[in-house]
Amino acid sequence: MQYQSQSVAKLYFIAAIGLFVGQILFGLVLGLQYVIGDFLFPEIPFNVARMVHTNLLIVWLLFGFMGAAYYMVPEEAETELFSPKLAVLLFWIFLVAGALTVLGYLLVPYATLAEITGNKLLPTMGREFLEQPTITKIGIVIVALGFLFNISMTILKGRKTAISMVLLLGLWGLAVFFLFSFYNPDNLVLDKYYWWWVVHLWVEGVWELILGAILAFVLIKVTGVDREVIEKWLYVIIALTLITGIIGTGHHYYWIGTPEYWQWWGSVFSALEPIPFFAMVIFAFNMVNRRRREHPNKAAILWALGTSVMAFLGAGVWGFMHTLAPVNYYTHGTQITAAHGHMAFYGAYVMVVLAIISYAMPILRGRAAANSNKSQVMEMWSFWLMTVAMVFITLFLTGAGVLQTWLQRVSDNPQPFMVVQEQIAIFYWMREIAGVVFLIGLVLYIWSFFIGGEEQTVNA
Amino acid sequence: MSDKFTKSMARNIFYGGAVFFFLLFLALTYDSSRAFPDRDHRQNITEKVALGKAIWERNDCIGCHTILGEGAYFAPELGNVYKRFGNSKEAIIAFIKSRPKEGVPGRRSMPQFNLSDEELDAVAEFLKWSSEINTANWPPNIQG
Ligand code: HEC
Ligand code: HEM
Ligand code: HEM
Ligand SMILES: [Fe+2]
Repeated sequence: MQYQSQSVAKLYFIAAIGLFVGQILFGLVLGLQYVIGDFLFPEIPFNVARMVHTNLLIVWLLFGFMGAAYYMVPEEAETELFSPKLAVLLFWIFLVAGALTVLGYLLVPYATLAEITGNKLLPTMGREFLEQPTITKIGIVIVALGFLFNISMTILKGRKTAISMVLLLGLWGLAVFFLFSFYNPDNLVLDKYYWWWVVHLWVEGVWELILGAILAFVLIKVTGVDREVIEKWLYVIIALTLITGIIGTGHHYYWIGTPEYWQWWGSVFSALEPIPFFAMVIFAFNMVNRRRREHPNKAAILWALGTSVMAFLGAGVWGFMHTLAPVNYYTHGTQITAAHGHMAFYGAYVMVVLAIISYAMPILRGRAAANSNKSQVMEMWSFWLMTVAMVFITLFLTGAGVLQTWLQRVSDNPQPFMVVQEQIAIFYWMREIAGVVFLIGLVLYIWSFFIGGEEQTVNA
Repeated sequence: MSDKFTKSMARNIFYGGAVFFFLLFLALTYDSSRAFPDRDHRQNITEKVALGKAIWERNDCIGCHTILGEGAYFAPELGNVYKRFGNSKEAIIAFIKSRPKEGVPGRRSMPQFNLSDEELDAVAEFLKWSSEINTANWPPNIQG
């Protein structure tokens, strides 16, 4: 560790992994409820388990991004963090607020939670991914502002690299677009239109800047390739991202009461969105091939390469599959969407956070440059188990989605939703089994942290 | 990448492209806003419809259902349920009202929300209004 204050990142990374476990456990509950409809009913209805699953996902990824920023920015700016104390304080505020919110979901009916948190004063709850009570949302904004202040001040007083500027821009964008979660008009069409300014402009916009910056940072460290080259790639990738992705929002404006020209704008621009993801694959493999040093942290390199490939498959290929309006007309809101959502989130954001954790954690723990061989082997096993499990989750959901689309929407005798669901239950069972494998992979991942042995040092 | 193409060129394309396409997006948003009233028939958003949307949100119906294809994929699409139920608010109300508290054994279950008559009527009115949005003929058929 070059700067003492980078050590705050460790707290954030540990919390991220802890919440990740919670997310997956609730994922397994959801998966069982799909096939055993009354499992845990009425104690934990499906919608409650789902909001816990998705909100934990978002929150642990945010912890991961913040940890990444606290680790990367001092090193990039070549100065200590503006205020490590503020970083620790905000960590605890965010963790406690998050825990209270999840407990609120689980312990009282949602309508009661809405009432006791004063949702009536400023109704923002009850929309997908934005289920948090309004006061939690305000808390998120306050934490985000404190965090951005801390990071911005650090960059201002130090060296300004392309990587830290892109990271900063992504993080500011994340906070700014979140503000649209406070806009909730009575008109459902408007509500949906601007809801996507949070959701789409996050995952296919500003978050990709964060993804690119983290990936570029890890690649510089593990390959030793010239910064000029890596930062040029970074700019090209994120330029492609925003040029395609902003108007690409239109792929959500086909059937929600928006003008029909969006079918053209959305289809054309979002069809180009896979390009930056493809560029990311070329970038990552190129840099590793042209490496100037043999970094001993093989696991981190694996995660970095893996994230580029899986993001391309999940977001690029599975996104393209249903993004053209004539296809989306039939697949909109089916298991195809769920298949894509899972692989894209895993490939792009879960894996990049695990990549920076894999790179930074040994250093934060005062180990030389990398964990022992034994520990890395275990980590790589967890990489393959989780990644292959996610591929199968995606394939099974895609199978379910194709059949669902056919039976319910395309065939001559369209059948009711519930009737169709029963016929495709076998796919949900197989998804659940793949989910258990995913959990085993996650357990091995955590286990790898507790394996000691001889540490690896850099041989440049 | 070629050496003639420098980092600062790439940076300029990034900033220029981002600003240009964001402005284009705002322009399209402005144009859409002028087209919305025709498609969302907002003149029919009564107090009751607004209350219905609030109840929809307060009970997180979106956590199991989709509406206009967005939400969760666990339970039927509700954007067109008014039509599927034979253009009947009463049928919707009866369905919501009759959910058993302990669920239906072995079957995906919907909670009993204990809504008042006024709330039930408002939710049904909201679903009726939703079914009349111009969605470019989506969903493909009545099953949603
Ligand atoms: C925990 C999940 C869950 C939640 C939350 C939920 N529902 Fe449902 N809903 C279901 C399921 C499952 C069905 C299908 C029931 C069946 O066919 O046996 C259903 C069916 C319906 C139907 C009939 C649809 C059809 O085509 O047959 C309506 C109407 C409905 N729900 C309205 C609502 C409203 C309004 C809310 C919010 C106040 C809501 N639901 C919240 C799970 C849920
Ligand atoms: C990492 C990047 C991405 C992530 C994390 C992601 C995630 C998601 C998620 C979670 C949804 C479901 C939203 C909902 O619940 O309604 C979704 C929908 C969608 N995504 Fe992506 N996505 C990404 C990139 C892409 C790309 C690049 C494309 C196109 C090439 C794409 C095309 C779509 C489409 C068309 C839908 C709508 C599906 C429907 O109609 O139901 N996505 N995405
Ligand atoms: C054990 C593995 C997992 C299982 C069994 C599982 C199961 C589920 C289920 C059943 C849903 C609800 C689908 C619906 O709305 O009907 C869901 C939603 C979701 N899960 Fe998972 N999940 C798992 C792992 C993950 C992982 C690792 C991620 C992140 C990378 C993730 C991200 C999401 C997202 C983004 C949604 C919202 C989907 C959408 O709207 O398209 N899940 N999950
Ligand atoms: Fe999108």
